[in-house]
Amino acid sequence: MHPDHVVEVDGIRKAYGRTVAVADVTFTVRRGEIFGLIGPNGAGKTTTLECVEGLRAPDAGRIEVLGLDPIRDRRALQLRIGVQLQEAQLQKRIKVWEAVAFWQSLYPDPADGDGLLRQLGLDEKRNAWFMTLSGGQKQRLFIALALVNDPEVVFLDELTTGLDPQARRAIWDLVRDIRERGKTVVLTTHLMEEAERLCDRVAILDRARIVDIDTPAALVERHCPQRTVVVATDSGSAAERFRALPTTTSVRSDGHRHEIAGRGDALVTDVIRTISAHGMPVSEFRTELPNLEDVFLTLTGRSIRA
Amino acid sequence: MPTSLRHLAHLTWLETKIFVREPLGVIGSVAVPVLLFVVVGRIAAGSVGAPDVAGSGDGPGTTAFLRADLPVFAAILIALSAVLSLVTIIALYREGGILRRLRATPVRPPTILLAHVLVKLMFTAATLALMVLAGRRFYPVDVDAPLVSFTLALVLATWSLLSIGFVIASVVPTARFAQPLGALILYPMIPLSGLFAPIDMLPPALETLARLLPLTYAVSLLRGIWTGEPWLAHAGDVAALGAVFAVATAIASRVFRWE
Repeated sequence: MHPDHVVEVDGIRKAYGRTVAVADVTFTVRRGEIFGLIGPNGAGKTTTLECVEGLRAPDAGRIEVLGLDPIRDRRALQLRIGVQLQEAQLQKRIKVWEAVAFWQSLYPDPADGDGLLRQLGLDEKRNAWFMTLSGGQKQRLFIALALVNDPEVVFLDELTTGLDPQARRAIWDLVRDIRERGKTVVLTTHLMEEAERLCDRVAILDRARIVDIDTPAALVERHCPQRTVVVATDSGSAAERFRALPTTTSVRSDGHRHEIAGRGDALVTDVIRTISAHGMPVSEFRTELPNLEDVFLTLTGRSIRA
Repeated sequence: MPTSLRHLAHLTWLETKIFVREPLGVIGSVAVPVLLFVVVGRIAAGSVGAPDVAGSGDGPGTTAFLRADLPVFAAILIALSAVLSLVTIIALYREGGILRRLRATPVRPPTILLAHVLVKLMFTAATLALMVLAGRRFYPVDVDAPLVSFTLALVLATWSLLSIGFVIASVVPTARFAQPLGALILYPMIPLSGLFAPIDMLPPALETLARLLPLTYAVSLLRGIWTGEPWLAHAGDVAALGAVFAVATAIASRVFRWE
C-alpha cells in the first residue's frame, strides 16, 4: 500500500440478489484529506462505504484500509477507524454522557470524553436523554462517538441529511476541525453544495459506478468550462459588441438583458472591458458559474435532484 | 476482567438504568404482576373463606390452587412477560438502527443480547421476590416453599423461554409486530402447559403438541419445586428446557438479522 494512501479500493462489486449496488468501483483516499463519495440516493455510496468499514463483504475486488483488510482484520481495524452510520439511533433514554462513557469503555485508549463533548458543543446536554436531542445534536453526538477512539480515519455517511441549513453549516465546521487534527475523513453526501464546500476531492457515483474523481474545481473545469455573464443595459449596440468578443460562444438577448455564454474566466474579463470601453450604463451584472450539479448533469444526462 | 466480560458488565448496568427510565418498564414488568397476584389471590382466598385459608389447607380445589398453582401461574406470567419484553426491545433496537450502530464497535454481538437477558432475569427474580413478600403480607397461605430453589427454577425456565424470544425477535420485521406475534406464539402455550388441566387429560393430538412445548416442562419443573419435590425428580424437565435453549439459540444465531 502506498504510504500516503489511507484507503485503497480496487474493483469492488456488491450485488443484492439481482440488484447490483456497486459495480467495479475503484478509488484511493489520501492521508489528511476530506474525500467525498457523491451521487444521488441509490447510487451505491452507502454500500461502498460499508464495505470499506468492514460492515459488508464485497462480492469481488480488493479493499485495504490503513494496510488492513476490512473483513479479515475487522477487529484490528475497528480500533483505528471512527464510524457514523446513516439513520442510526441510540437507546431513547440513554444519557449523552452514558453513551460516551460506554463507547470509551469499548476501546483500549479512548479520547477524553468531556473534552469531546465540549468541542462538539454538547457539554450542556451531558445529562439529556438521547430522545430529547435535536437532529443536529444527535449528529454531533454521533460524531463524538466516531471520534472517541481517536481514530486515524473517520467515515461519515449522509451526515447532514435532514438538518436545517444552520445546523448543517455548524456540522461542516466540525468536519473541517477533524481534518485540522490530522485525521482523514471519508464522507458520502447527495448534497452537491456540501461536497463543494467540504471535500478536497470527490468521486461521483452514478448507478453503481464511479463516473469521475477529482477536486470539485477540477471537475467543474473539465466537464463544465462554460461561463455565463448576464448584463442588463440600454445600450443599443451591446448585443453586437458582446457577440464580437473572441471568448463568446453565444449571446441571447431581448434588446435589454443579455446572456453571454463562453468558455473560461477570460470571458468575464472581456465583458467587463467591453462595458467599460464603451461606457455602457449597466443596471444588472451577474456571472453564473457551473457547479457540481451541472457536472453531474453533464456526465449522466440527468439532474441529481431527480 | 476479560474485555468482553467488562463490556457485558458495563452494558448490563447501562441497560438496567435505561429500563428503569421507561415509563411502563418497571410498572409493567414488576408492579402489574405483583398486584395481579395479590388481587387474584384475595379473590380465590375469599371464595373459600378465611378459616380454610389460614387453617390447615385441607380444603378442596381452590386452596390447592392457592397453594400450588397460583404461584406457578404467576411465575409463568413473569417469564412470558420477560420474553415479550425482550422480543420488543430487540425489534426496536433493530428497527432504530441501534444494533447496527453497536455492531460497528468492538462490542461482540452476543454481549448485547446477553446484557438484555441478564436485565430480564434480574427483574424476573425481583418480581418474584416482591410477589412472595406481598403474598405473605396480604393473605397468609401457609407455604413452606423452597424459595431459593423456586427462584432458580424460574430463572432457568425464563432463560429457556428467552431463547424462543430470540427466534421470534430474529424474524419479526418491526417492533409493531413483535409484541402481538410474540403473544400469539407464547400465550396459547399456557392452556396446553398442564397448568390448569393435566396434559394426559387432553385429546391425544393436543397432548402430543403439549409435550413438544417448552412451557409444559417449565410448568412441571416450577410446580414440582414449589411443592417441595427434589430437583432430581425433575431432571427430565431441566434437560428439556436445556435442549430448547440449545436448539432455539442455534436457530436464532443462524437467522438473526442485525438490520
